[in-house]
Amino acid sequence: MIRQGEVDFRTRLQNWIPKVVLSPSLAMVLVFVYGFIFFTIYLSFTDSRILPSFGLVGMENYSKLWRLSHWTTSLTNLGIFAFFYITVCTALGLALAIFLDQKIRGEGVLRPIYLYPMALSFIVTGTAWKWFLDPGIGLEHTMHLWGWTSFKFDWIKNRDFAIYTIVLAAVWQTSGFVMAMFLAGLRGIDNEIMKAAQIDGASNWNLYRRIVIPLLRPAFLSAFVILAHLAIKSYDLVIALTGGGPGRATELPATFMYSYTFTRNQMGIGASSAVIMLMTIAAIMVPYLYAELKEKS
Amino acid sequence: MSSAQTQSVRTGRVTRSFIYLFLLVSALFYLLPFFIMLLNSVKPLGEITGGNMMAMPEVFTLEAWKAAWSTAQVGVEPTGLRPYFWNSIKMVVPAVFISTILGALNGYVLTKWRFKYDTILFGLMLFSCFIPFQIVLIPMARILGIVGLSGSTYGLILVHVVYGVGFSTLYFRNYYAAFPTELVRAAQIDGAGFFQIFYRILLPSSGPIIVVCVIWQFTNIWNDFLFGASFASGSGAPMTVALNNLVQSSTGVKEYNVHFAGAILAALPTLLVYIVAGRYFVRGLMAGSVKG
Repeated sequence: MIRQGEVDFRTRLQNWIPKVVLSPSLAMVLVFVYGFIFFTIYLSFTDSRILPSFGLVGMENYSKLWRLSHWTTSLTNLGIFAFFYITVCTALGLALAIFLDQKIRGEGVLRPIYLYPMALSFIVTGTAWKWFLDPGIGLEHTMHLWGWTSFKFDWIKNRDFAIYTIVLAAVWQTSGFVMAMFLAGLRGIDNEIMKAAQIDGASNWNLYRRIVIPLLRPAFLSAFVILAHLAIKSYDLVIALTGGGPGRATELPATFMYSYTFTRNQMGIGASSAVIMLMTIAAIMVPYLYAELKEKS
Repeated sequence: MSSAQTQSVRTGRVTRSFIYLFLLVSALFYLLPFFIMLLNSVKPLGEITGGNMMAMPEVFTLEAWKAAWSTAQVGVEPTGLRPYFWNSIKMVVPAVFISTILGALNGYVLTKWRFKYDTILFGLMLFSCFIPFQIVLIPMARILGIVGLSGSTYGLILVHVVYGVGFSTLYFRNYYAAFPTELVRAAQIDGAGFFQIFYRILLPSSGPIIVVCVIWQFTNIWNDFLFGASFASGSGAPMTVALNNLVQSSTGVKEYNVHFAGAILAALPTLLVYIVAGRYFVRGLMAGSVKG
């Protein structure tokens, strides 16, 4: 009888240990992620200024937010940035992957070269590009010294073009990663399908357009999701490259949130902009993660 | 990705030349900014402001590197980046260590000791990897202030563990999912306990995923700027924040060569990891994106 009881206790203990082991992480995530999310959502309905305050003001912050030209400008900038960033990264990544997949000599050397910027901090990337793009000392200056005196490349100082310099630096940093995703997808394609198409007389162009690229759909989806969420979160690169300027030409929601919350002391408005950022990312990530998890289990 | 080339697409000579040209020009595009930074970090300032960025240095000097490391003005103090480099090390090492251990244990529980709703709990942890961190900045700043950790390395360790545990759990969960559960059950019948099974059976075969996880966490935490800038902008700042201060706030003459040396110093640890263990770095990237 005593022995039986011991076994029961041991089994019960063994049943509890896994949950006990998981609980610290779970508690952390529940408090620091979901608790904080609710706190920020709550703050977005209050009159918080320099410090959190708990006087509810309803939707006032949100209506103020959408009337701010500063906010609408950052959304427009984000739209331009995200569109070109995602398109160029995907196109360049796909081209590099397809070309690298043609039994290229030196693939082992080229691949790490395309990918290494991914290991760098955006602050480092920003420092390098800021100077490279500076007309007075970087590329334009060099071209002038080489005798091409009419060469002009001052996008970083130009309100209409500054946002594209962010695109350029961001593409430089992450397109190698997209290349790696597509390359993995390409290497996973059944060789027989390719052979069959070639026997049928398909040209290379048609082979890729009609068969290979459609087969890469999962890689396209992953690339899109990852790039979209990176675009919405972009903060470091803007700070390092342009600081949001010239004027507000490269202001993004992430920089807007930071400056309204911590330097302009409009915490309520800052919180409401963070909530909108979260909702946008959730709209992209939740269905994707849900599908991924469902597929797995 | 290491699998052998087997595809049989035939390409003509012209197409092939074009492909090589494209690949080489691309390689140049990726290498150039970093190469130019390196080149100009060993020039005296005069050669940069007056000269050509592509030109080889006429005078080779490591003065800029010395200045960036130990004497340059960062913020208000002429300390160079050295103290901030150590701040980052002091932050990264414990944060990576703790988040990896937690991730390993979580992955073990979520695959081998499954219980009701465990997928939902994992989903909650997984989503936490992708939130825009702006949504937690305000309450986090408050909490760190209340417990007296704002501006300190300990505060940043806490922050990085909290927001890193989702990814480390993801890695280990996916890895352990492929590990035969029968082995675990057999050990259980033999009387092995929870930790014994983990320690004796799963851990010995977890080498690759530990490397992947450590590299990913290390790179992410080392490169973080937002949390560092928000919670530790003074003397407790990490390397990225200090570099940004060095580059942005220099009043008077802009010492480009010092900025470049500083940027390379900030990039060096992660770059080194990438060069030494690039294969695992790529695996980590892929596992973090294609949740296979």
